[in-house]
Amino acid sequence: MATDTQLDLWEVFIQSKSGQPYIHSGSVHASDVKMAMQNARDIYTRRGEGTSIWVVPSIYISASDPDDSDMLFDPSKDKIYRHPTFYVMPEGAKNI
Amino acid sequence: MHNEHSDAHFQSRIDSGEHIEAKDYMPEGYRKHLIRQMSQHAHSEVIGMQPEGNWITRAPSLRAKQILLAKIQDEGGHGLYLYSAVETLGVSRAELIEQLQSGKAKYSSIFNYPALNWADIGAIGWLVDGAAIVNQVSLQRTSYGPYSRAMVRICKEESFHQRQGYEIMTTMMRGTKDQKAMAQDAMNRWWWPALMMFGPHDSDSPRSSDAVKWKIKRETNDELRQKFIDKTIPQAELIGLTIPDKNFKLDEKTGHYTLSPINWDEFHRVIAGHGPCNKQRLEHHIKYHEQGAWVREAAEAYKIKHSKKELQTV
Amino acid sequence: MTTKEATYNYVIRLGDNALILGHRLSELCSRGPILEEDLALTNIALDMIGRAQALLKYAAELEGKANTEDDIAYRRAEINYHNYLITEQPNGDFANVIARQLFISVYEYLFFSELENSKDETLSAIAKKAIKEVKYHKQHAIDWTLRLGDGTAESHKRLQKALNDLWMYTGELFEMDNIDTYLLHQHIAVDAMALKTKWQSEIDRILTEATLSVPEDTYMQTGSKKGIHTENLGHILSEMQYLQRAYPDAKW
Repeated sequence: MATDTQLDLWEVFIQSKSGQPYIHSGSVHASDVKMAMQNARDIYTRRGEGTSIWVVPSIYISASDPDDSDMLFDPSKDKIYRHPTFYVMPEGAKNI
Repeated sequence: MHNEHSDAHFQSRIDSGEHIEAKDYMPEGYRKHLIRQMSQHAHSEVIGMQPEGNWITRAPSLRAKQILLAKIQDEGGHGLYLYSAVETLGVSRAELIEQLQSGKAKYSSIFNYPALNWADIGAIGWLVDGAAIVNQVSLQRTSYGPYSRAMVRICKEESFHQRQGYEIMTTMMRGTKDQKAMAQDAMNRWWWPALMMFGPHDSDSPRSSDAVKWKIKRETNDELRQKFIDKTIPQAELIGLTIPDKNFKLDEKTGHYTLSPINWDEFHRVIAGHGPCNKQRLEHHIKYHEQGAWVREAAEAYKIKHSKKELQTV
Repeated sequence: MTTKEATYNYVIRLGDNALILGHRLSELCSRGPILEEDLALTNIALDMIGRAQALLKYAAELEGKANTEDDIAYRRAEINYHNYLITEQPNGDFANVIARQLFISVYEYLFFSELENSKDETLSAIAKKAIKEVKYHKQHAIDWTLRLGDGTAESHKRLQKALNDLWMYTGELFEMDNIDTYLLHQHIAVDAMALKTKWQSEIDRILTEATLSVPEDTYMQTGSKKGIHTENLGHILSEMQYLQRAYPDAKW
């Protein structure tokens, strides 16, 4: 069977306002970076959702293995000293 | 120690309201159900572009034409979001299109009905999108993460679709005698097929129970259908449209409307391929897919040539 | 001819170009080579119809007969439409769509960059908005010209044929009649003839990069400024005007 091409898969990240983080919006198919950029614009910013776009070929995205979740994320849960609320401030201390 | 790859562990995650992501363990049945439901949903959006597309070139005002184009474009976009969500499960869009064109995958039967007069554009927006939205709002809470995220985006964008349909119906019901007749004609033809969009009764729906257990579906076919009926009948009455059912009435005790039985023979006949437009819709899709093949090949060829060139200049 | 009358005619021409090309592009909905491109072409169609609406609304104001932009868009006879012949040509294959987009968007970018300086404030404002849109249309057309020209043998052949076929409709873009000249002297209209050299050199550059040949000079078709069209416009209008003509008393 002749294999049809639907072009490559790209992931799209949109920044909604200047200074904001780029957030994953979805995917598009495209054969090159210009097309990926235009398609991302045409598909994910039709309602003024964006001021800036990143596109990246999906093959370059790596995801953590769910089986490693315990190892990766649990050890940080008990490190409460990383949060400011851990520390006791004297009564009346201001601007700290 | 629990086994993270067991169906019991999976079910406990579902029960505690967690979302499942692409790489997480999932039972084969869950994956299969998702692929079937999501791809059917994606195909429906894409095939759904056709009945409304039938009226783009005849839209009666510049405003109407822009709205209709933007709406159909949204549907294409929604198909695209959903194809992407299915792709996270390792099925490519090319495979999904192949399944659609070979008849292996289905799309919503509603799009096998023709759009015959301008009021059909109103009826499709108000009734068909209205029914779809009831379902889609519920699906925002579906257990599969990529599906849920696609549905959140879709619901946000869809909110204008139903309103524009109702606006067309309202305008026509306030218009000339001819316009009123067109609106009622569209109502008569789309009402029952719209109710069928929710699928068979729960008692006759073999897959519903698994889908509810896995929280792919959050409400059953009959629950969703009733919601739609209850909100739509007052909207019809407000603008003077008649419900094409002599037996419908409001049950004062439950607050729900009851209707005549749905003609499931028609439903099954259209699913089996004997609707007025089944053949036409699929042929249209295949025709333009095939006509686009040389364009996609050219884009690929250009990419390969130019990535080589870039490497040479490095 | 008063300035107002001349401006009305000028605005109608610009409005009709956007109206008819927007109509042609809207026909492509659900017919794109890939879903993404379907949405891209629809965006361009929407820009065009939006521009048509703005221009025809302005034409209605200038006309001063209490007509709306829809009356003007949907209720005229064929001979009163003044869109360039290239805009009404059938879509054909994707190569033909791209060739038409290339010729028009390169032209429109030059044209609106000049119209932005028009003494007519409404036209200047419409031009400012159009430039942003057309810049994107042009980029889209150029990128596809490169892909198809330097893609496969088939895509190259198809695009070359489309460029050759449409070439005879490009002469019209640079024509000036007495309305244009009259308004040019009043700093309202653009000197279209003066855009020719830039347009030609830009098209030459793009086609060369895309490994395509610049079509050979040929007899240039003309007629739109007088309302003389190809047979295609009548068919577009019979569809587009259907509801407005069949139910003249209805409001939509």
